Amino acid sequence: MTDLEIPPLLLQTPFHSRVSAACEMNLWEDWKGYTTPVAYSNVELEYFAMRNSASIFDITPMTKYRITGADGHAYLDRLVTRNLKNLDVGRVMYTAWCNDEGKVIDDGTIFHVNDDTFILCAQERHLDWMEWSALGFDVKIEDVTEEIAALSFQGPTSCAILKIMGLTGVENLKSFDLQHYPFGQTQLMVSRTGFTADLGYELWIEPDHAEALWDALMAAGRDYNVKPVGAEALQIARVEAGFIQAGVDFVPAEQEVRVERSRSPYELGLGWLVHLKKPNFNGQQALKEEKLKGSRFRFTRLDVQGNKPAENSFIFNRQNKVVGVVTSAAWVPTAKRNVAFASLEMPWGKPGNELWAEIYYLRELKWARVLEKCTVIEEPIFDPERRHATPALDY
Amino acid sequence: MKKYDAIVIGAGHNGLTNAAYLAKAGLDVVVLEKNPYIGGATVSRELHEGWMYSNCSYVCSLLRPEISRDLNLPKFGLQVIPYVGGVTFKRDGDYFGNYDDHERQYREIARHSKRDANAYERYTADVTKQTRFIRPFLLRTPPDPTSFKPRDIQELLFLAKSFYNLGEKVLGDTLRFWTMSIGDFLDEYFETDVIKCHLAGSGIIGTALGVYSPGTAYVLLHHYMGEVDGSVGAWGFARGGMGSVSKALAGAFQSFGGEIRADAEVDRILATAGRTSGVVLANGDEIYADIVVSNLDPKRTFLDIMAEEDLPASVVKQAKNFKIRGSSGKLNIALDGLPTFNSLPPKSPLMTGDMHFIDSLERMERAYDDWKNGTWSQDPYVDMLIPTQVDPTMAPVGKHMMSVFVQYAPPKLATGKWTDKDRDAFGKTVIDQIGSYSPNFKDLILHAEVRTPQDIEDEVGLTEGNIFQGELTFDQLLFNRPFPGYAQYRGPVKGMYICGSGTHPGGGVMSAPGANAAREILMDLNHPTTVPEAYPDD
Amino acid sequence: MTDSKHIDVVVVGAGHNGLVSAAYLAKSGLQVLVLEASDKVGGAAATSEFSEGFSVSECAHFLYSLHPTIVKDLQLANHGLFYVATDLKTVALSSEGKHITMAGSEIQGEDVSTEDISNYRRFHTQMKRFSKVLASSFTHRPPRLVDGDMKDKLSLLKLGWNARKMGRQNMLELLRIGAINIYDVLNENFDNQLLKGALSLEAVLGSHTGPRSPNTVLGLLYRRVGETYGFRGPTIPSGGMGNVSNAIASSATSLGAAIRTSSPVERILIRDGKVAGVKLSDGEVINCDRVISNADPKYTFSKLVGYPQLETGFSRRAANIRMKGNTAKLHLALEALPEFTGLNTNDIGNRLVIAPGPDYVENAFNHAKYGEFSEHPIMEISIPTVHDTSLAPTGKHVLSAVVQYAPHNLKQGWSEANEEFTALLLDLLESYAPGIKKLVIASELLTPADIESRFGTTAGHWHHGELALDQFLMLRPFPGMGQYAAPVKGLFLCGAGSHPGGNVMGLVGRNCANTLLEAGAASD
Repeated sequence: MTDLEIPPLLLQTPFHSRVSAACEMNLWEDWKGYTTPVAYSNVELEYFAMRNSASIFDITPMTKYRITGADGHAYLDRLVTRNLKNLDVGRVMYTAWCNDEGKVIDDGTIFHVNDDTFILCAQERHLDWMEWSALGFDVKIEDVTEEIAALSFQGPTSCAILKIMGLTGVENLKSFDLQHYPFGQTQLMVSRTGFTADLGYELWIEPDHAEALWDALMAAGRDYNVKPVGAEALQIARVEAGFIQAGVDFVPAEQEVRVERSRSPYELGLGWLVHLKKPNFNGQQALKEEKLKGSRFRFTRLDVQGNKPAENSFIFNRQNKVVGVVTSAAWVPTAKRNVAFASLEMPWGKPGNELWAEIYYLRELKWARVLEKCTVIEEPIFDPERRHATPALDY
Repeated sequence: MKKYDAIVIGAGHNGLTNAAYLAKAGLDVVVLEKNPYIGGATVSRELHEGWMYSNCSYVCSLLRPEISRDLNLPKFGLQVIPYVGGVTFKRDGDYFGNYDDHERQYREIARHSKRDANAYERYTADVTKQTRFIRPFLLRTPPDPTSFKPRDIQELLFLAKSFYNLGEKVLGDTLRFWTMSIGDFLDEYFETDVIKCHLAGSGIIGTALGVYSPGTAYVLLHHYMGEVDGSVGAWGFARGGMGSVSKALAGAFQSFGGEIRADAEVDRILATAGRTSGVVLANGDEIYADIVVSNLDPKRTFLDIMAEEDLPASVVKQAKNFKIRGSSGKLNIALDGLPTFNSLPPKSPLMTGDMHFIDSLERMERAYDDWKNGTWSQDPYVDMLIPTQVDPTMAPVGKHMMSVFVQYAPPKLATGKWTDKDRDAFGKTVIDQIGSYSPNFKDLILHAEVRTPQDIEDEVGLTEGNIFQGELTFDQLLFNRPFPGYAQYRGPVKGMYICGSGTHPGGGVMSAPGANAAREILMDLNHPTTVPEAYPDD
Repeated sequence: MTDSKHIDVVVVGAGHNGLVSAAYLAKSGLQVLVLEASDKVGGAAATSEFSEGFSVSECAHFLYSLHPTIVKDLQLANHGLFYVATDLKTVALSSEGKHITMAGSEIQGEDVSTEDISNYRRFHTQMKRFSKVLASSFTHRPPRLVDGDMKDKLSLLKLGWNARKMGRQNMLELLRIGAINIYDVLNENFDNQLLKGALSLEAVLGSHTGPRSPNTVLGLLYRRVGETYGFRGPTIPSGGMGNVSNAIASSATSLGAAIRTSSPVERILIRDGKVAGVKLSDGEVINCDRVISNADPKYTFSKLVGYPQLETGFSRRAANIRMKGNTAKLHLALEALPEFTGLNTNDIGNRLVIAPGPDYVENAFNHAKYGEFSEHPIMEISIPTVHDTSLAPTGKHVLSAVVQYAPHNLKQGWSEANEEFTALLLDLLESYAPGIKKLVIASELLTPADIESRFGTTAGHWHHGELALDQFLMLRPFPGMGQYAAPVKGLFLCGAGSHPGGNVMGLVGRNCANTLLEAGAASD
């Protein structure tokens, strides 16, 4: 029923009182209908907090679904491309999911919370697709986005701070483990997951306790230079980590208007998430066929010469023909590379290919153009030992 | 008597568009209008002192931007202001609102159903796919599928290629979309009745079909393929009312040297030995030209102002069988202030958009059953707007003008012709419906003009008062519009053409039929075209 | 493989299409096993005893489009197919007894104008011409439009050519008429209400449409397809429709197919994305790598295969198939032959129609839109015992009536409404045949709910899905499933849910068998 008030344009997350107090730049954006900070004070320092100490990023706007019911596990296994057979209670898995044509709808993480409860967390919203996928399964799917407040707590000292906060044994969580801890009158769910390719955790809690969680983290991290970070700093870390993002690096399938704009997992460098041999899953037939006949595109990470980010650049081959475009780009300070993610037509983008990025850059109101040589990156450029080491140490 | 190069019958927006392009090509053109004012159904009229009514067409989206720009309509006073909002009131006191920003809209749908809120994205993508397919055809002449002329084959191939490029499944969806009902279509996306209902309106506006009649999904598409400044699907108000559109078109036409004669009703198109030589006016005057273009609907054109003996029998039959159904009426109301609505906060941004008072597809379908039975809907679907919230020029400051489009109203009642008493009762039905959701509405009414389909026919000349000059159903689209064999704007008599909304791509104040017809006329004259091509789609 | 237990193809459901498929496959040398849930073959084309000594065709009671190629290929005449009545006339009943009679292109009746008579001749020829274009696409699989092979392209060209060779005017008329409603077309052509009512009924029978619904002309053209290959009116097979099925079954058996009745299939088994066999409800598993389902597509995919075995988009399309059953069947056991006011006793064995005007039919439909049964329903009546005394005890009769509208999703629920609707129908009959109520020994009303539970057809829809433009040709049952072969390798559909659609025609079964044989040839 209505309350005769004009609903607000944007919502605030349960952390908003803390976020707005810390956001000195007062620079905001709309992330899935929430007021979220672009940057707090200084993007560079925020980025380095992530890589050098610890950082807090409010991920409440991420879409979260709770899946319960006897067929929950089977249902999710049919939904996604990865084999979930070994997703035990207490584990998290990163995966992608496709439509019938084998094109990626989104990627995200699935948390096996307890026997018959799973949480799926993703950038985009999928209730319609998930409900249609549930035909014939005994499952219940609930959008719990507003019921769960969440922080991404990333950086080398993140484990040390959580221990100070009283999360005994948190250091023993392996990558993609999850664990519940008592927190005040409620439970705090901690998963060793993140979007930065570094040591880090994601913290999940009831909204009423959100502010207390924030305060506890800041208090525990008082001596560690903990910083809240905004979207811009995270963007740099994401590119450094090599992670793609829906709506930026690919058009979510089923939302595309132009036929054939969407991409398959193979075309996004996510082939490792596709387990063709597992039982029936969405996109299986199309992906089998693609595997046989070849893909249309290759998703490549490029190391671009020079230091100018190749944002929105066209990629040329040696014959001066456009063979693709850059979807994300950044100079990444820790790995010291000029990284660009590019979607290239086949067969371009193989290691050793000669490719050039056409970069426009602005200097004192004057635009200049350069063609910079690109090298295909084969290995991760940022993959520190602390990312995987268990028990996690106080780095 | 002076001989013109071309005569255009009817100063509706398509007639004026057609005339403007012919004049632009250097032709000596006269437009003949039966009414003392121009515009046809695209008018602003001061029927209550201080109030301007867009008393027929009332909103603007489909007007082709290529034409607005090419004819420099802004220079002649046309300004189209986008509006946002929209609301469907529920009987239980709740409502469903339409916000312009994505996330607030998401939350508003989610308030009714989270699943629907998400399904809305798929719905939007699917409908956009279909509008992208159709838009390139708006400023093209439909090919004749039975012809072997190189141009027809070339255009058919273009059509076939566009189809082919969609891919097997989307093409399948396109064919389904063109043939299914809006109700069935929406059932595939949504579970909440009020949401389906809010969206379904576009599928029946101006159409004598119910929400569960096959073919209504396309009518929805027709309402979605317009734009305001590149914002596809957006709607706007012409500042000063819809008359500004025809005024600007007339301005453009006159700037090319064209002549408009009002109070000049055409009685008959002259035809001898299979070609036209001009027209006879109702007052007996004859005006001569080798080219005569009719902006009237196909029935009026072929059955009223042409002599049966001048036409092939098949054309007379086709014109008789042409479906042009009156299905809607209109109320134009002068208000002493802005009404409030029980379930909306004051100054709600939803009020600047289209408002409706019917909250289920069943109620909509029952409204159609009334029409079938020869009466106006007792619980009508209305498309109501108060443009004075956005446009300050149409009423005194602080006062308002309300435009209420009403569906359904039959052209003739089961009891016979509309009487004054029927008209009053019809108006009362609508006013009562609105009044039951707004506590102060009835007290604010200063003047109300109630228009039945019969009134619209009598005054504007649209047969049965059909706003599209013919049903927009599959059997009357593209190369079937108005009827097979005559979809390329040429009449059966040499030198005679049709340019109204009864031709491709149909009604809705698009100006495309008028422009397309001009292109064909100039082609027949071996004159380089003055008509712009459509912007290439992105 | 010569193992006698080896089975190449299992056909799920012994409806007439399933049996036709089985017969053709057996004829090609495949080992075919037909599994039928009920204790007799035929599915909805069956004869059953509804009251002691009284038998009736359970659903359809007239034959008017069984394809002659099938009759010939399967030598059905040698297997007991025999017609007790052919070229029946249609009598549009009037309660005052001023009936009109339609036979081929001729109509008779005291109130029929000469204009209507001559217009009907022209109309009949025109419809037949258009039906012929339709029919030309019925005997093979519908073409794919984009991903098609040479064969698809040829059949598209052929369809275009068939439309084209009628001449420009006819082609233009087909373009116009193909999508519009029968109501307007009838009003363009005729004055007589009974005539228009009877034609309206023909156009809407078996579907969720009223005569004012667009593309109901298609319904009429569809119904008249049989006229383009020899049927000049409804035909009644000896022993009812069950004997058509029995003949096909007998032919199939003689060609080597095995048929097991009382063997309900619970599941079509899928392994690694391919058909592996079927599981019966008693647990028996039969291995095979090809299965043909004669069940409707919704039932096949949701129940027999299970959506979890398919993909989401495909499942969504299957779940969205439009199929709202509206058609009920009334069976009366009668003490004696009833008398219809003004109807010559010689004419009582014809097809009798109660649909006294297009508006009457449309108003009957209005109720169905809102989950109510018609206050004034329409009926297509057959009294088969006039021609076939084997169906009832000597001197007694059976009245069989197809009745609309009786929506599957009736708001009040059918369990309590069955009796109420039966009473309403009897009253309606009484007004045309005074005294008939007193003759009733027993009655049975099969509502769509009964048809669903008896034959397994989702929503009790006779055609396994609306026959409308959006579910026609390559769009039938839905885009992505338009050529009999499902995305699961080895799974085929042969029921009325596939092209060309419903009625006892047999073409879906034949086209499906051909598709399976071609697919086999391609992969072997």
